[in-house]
Amino acid sequence: MSQSPTTHLDFSKYNTGEFFDELVDESGKPRNGAELLIEKLEALDFEELKRRQAGAERSLFRLGITFAVYGDTKGKEKIFPFDIIPRIVPSNEWEWLERGLKQRITALNMFIDDIYHAKWILKDKIIPEEIVLAAASYRKICQGLDPPRKIWCHITGTDLIRGGDGQIHVLEDNLRCPSGVSYVLQNRLVMKRSFPQIFAASHVKPVVDYPSQLLKTLEHLAPDGLPNPTVVVLSPGSFNSAYYEHSFLAQQMGVELVQGSDLVVHEGFVNMRTTAGLKRVDVIYRRIDDDFLDPKAFRPDSMLGVPGLFEVYRAGRVALANAPGTGIADDKVIYSYVDKIVQYYLKEDMIIPNVPTYLCWDDKQRDHVLKNLDKLVVKAANESGGYGMLVGPHSTKAEQDKFADLIKESPRNYIAQPTLSLSRVPTIIGDTVEGRHVDLRPYILYGKDIFVLPGGLTRVALKKGSLVVNSSQGGGSKDTWVIEKS
Amino acid sequence: MLSRVADSIYWMSRYVERAENLARFADVTFNMMLDLPPGSAGQWLPLVSTTGDHEWFQEHYGDPTQENVIRFLTFDPEYSNSILCCLQSARENARSVRETISSEMWEDLNSFYLLVMDAASSSDSQQSLQDFFHEVKNASYRFKGITDGTMPHGEPWHFARLGRYIERADKTSRILDVKYFLLLPEPSDIGTSFDDLQWSAVLRSVSGLEMFRKRHHGITPERVVGFLILDRMFPRSIMYCVNEADQALHAISGSPMGTFWNPAEKQMGKLRSELAYAHVDDDIIEVGLHEFLDALQTKLNTAGKAIYESFIEADSPRVNGGRSQMQTQSSI
Repeated sequence: MSQSPTTHLDFSKYNTGEFFDELVDESGKPRNGAELLIEKLEALDFEELKRRQAGAERSLFRLGITFAVYGDTKGKEKIFPFDIIPRIVPSNEWEWLERGLKQRITALNMFIDDIYHAKWILKDKIIPEEIVLAAASYRKICQGLDPPRKIWCHITGTDLIRGGDGQIHVLEDNLRCPSGVSYVLQNRLVMKRSFPQIFAASHVKPVVDYPSQLLKTLEHLAPDGLPNPTVVVLSPGSFNSAYYEHSFLAQQMGVELVQGSDLVVHEGFVNMRTTAGLKRVDVIYRRIDDDFLDPKAFRPDSMLGVPGLFEVYRAGRVALANAPGTGIADDKVIYSYVDKIVQYYLKEDMIIPNVPTYLCWDDKQRDHVLKNLDKLVVKAANESGGYGMLVGPHSTKAEQDKFADLIKESPRNYIAQPTLSLSRVPTIIGDTVEGRHVDLRPYILYGKDIFVLPGGLTRVALKKGSLVVNSSQGGGSKDTWVIEKS
Repeated sequence: MLSRVADSIYWMSRYVERAENLARFADVTFNMMLDLPPGSAGQWLPLVSTTGDHEWFQEHYGDPTQENVIRFLTFDPEYSNSILCCLQSARENARSVRETISSEMWEDLNSFYLLVMDAASSSDSQQSLQDFFHEVKNASYRFKGITDGTMPHGEPWHFARLGRYIERADKTSRILDVKYFLLLPEPSDIGTSFDDLQWSAVLRSVSGLEMFRKRHHGITPERVVGFLILDRMFPRSIMYCVNEADQALHAISGSPMGTFWNPAEKQMGKLRSELAYAHVDDDIIEVGLHEFLDALQTKLNTAGKAIYESFIEADSPRVNGGRSQMQTQSSI
């Protein structure tokens, strides 16, 4: 839909293509919950909309919401691209999602605890033993561990997508160090400034209390009887691409941001080095992978971790969020068993469905995958961030051949899924508004209760036709508005 | 507060102050050259000597021409103490403590850094160089103002203050020292209007000419030396800086002034008393200005090391690897 300088948007002319659009239906009418937003957007001069878009980008720059570009010696930083047309989630859909996410996290937590204790789910042959024990993210060292309050996955960011039929699916469970929540909070801040009136009239559920919910979740893990536990955020350091988020969360919670070298194990406790000597640390929100956490327990060459940390953890004198070993539950092969996991532990049907998944580990399914590499998306079972991935329809024959070899070499390591037609949201592109594909990552905190942050990060693939929303590959973000029940 | 954070804030502040003083350094020499009779162009050498990195300069540049020395001090990306590198280091330190400093400070330091980056890539005519030195000084004033106005005056702020004044004390002593070198070779000039002109330039380089005139009126070398080392009101005098640093240390530890709880307070307190009871004729000129300044710089370095031992490496068990190294001690 092309706009001349003085016109207004007209969504009845907006082309949804053959995709599901989150804001308008095929006839151009606003969907449930989006009526007010569409009306206000149409009333706004398009130039004014673009001015607000530019203003939003400027604020993000000023707020310093940037990520470093690796290899750029001039120290230039970029903002994570942001589009001011929000994505809307109507209240009834959100209620369903919230229930589904809580169910999933509850079941996955029980699964992890079982895997590192009696392994009933393997004994009962619900999941083949070998695929769990052979997973790269299975940590033998965690066998018999009892994390505080029996919680393993305290912070989760579950990736959701909606297919062409309008059905929302879980695409991935991220139970290790999911990032992006700082963008949710900052995007919201910028949106309130960009559209104060629309925002006020829309009854959007707030996200502002995430940092205090996170702090509560972390404090809940402290050893018993500590009135004022010391919580820290452990970051790999300022050269990490998510460093901004680490420092933001520490600042918002009012706790110290530490690096491995700031911590030391001394007389059985973890301490941080302060100008007044050593100070005991009780809870660590770590943003470092298991592998790098403790060179004595995991990779011996890690320079980021704290030697001896794992032993203190095992003795219950410090809490770690998320618990080491949690990664077993976001292995992409395990993912395909989550419906069975939910059924096994909760005796319930899984609420939010998975995307159909072919396991290359199974001979029959592998044959199917190898014959259809040009149509499927192939993923490495233990990678995240869009790495180690083949998008069949957008790949060359050579890339397909390479993946065929990889799959034959280590079938356990690969899964495949049909290429999904992700839903779209209207997005400002130059002088027009066009549909762009999105996903959604809600954030779930498992503490005393399970808290789901209303909305989450909507990532948008800004390149025309692209299905890859990762920031490292040309993705941007949008604010996500969960509308309060009226 | 975390030792690493204290260290980074201290060095962030030192590097900004260092960049400002380098600009003053280069600016005053530049201006003096314009006043010197033709043929005395070799006067850039003392500037290099007092950086303490004479050998490095020889190796990378050779002749101490104006062009070489100015590039060395301002935009050399290889020389770790050039204005450009100081700003890079200040920014890297700030980046690692973004949750502790205010966002205003971070934004301002960023634009300071971009100012230097832009200047480094544009043409360096003499006119624009003088403007550049002026801008660097102003940017440093602004950063100090923003630091004081947007950060709680607690422990982190005192570390910033500590870094700033230790660096400044060191640099004032070096500015004085380099002029001493420059002015000394012609004893016949002493007391002439030419001498007067040069001492005025020294004072101007530390923005002290007006304050000096109000206090002492006529310029003599003794008065200028006394003013720059011992004056209690002039904010760039060594006495003033040491006083500020001493107060910052006591604010950090909570110990009463005049006592000490850690090696840093002990060293700084000793230095402060020494200056407080010094007289310009008996204790400075008599000993020899250069010798006095040399000893002073050593004491400042000792105090700097004591700060590191007292707060950054404080009695904690060491861990192999990962621990940040002490950053380059001032060698300029």
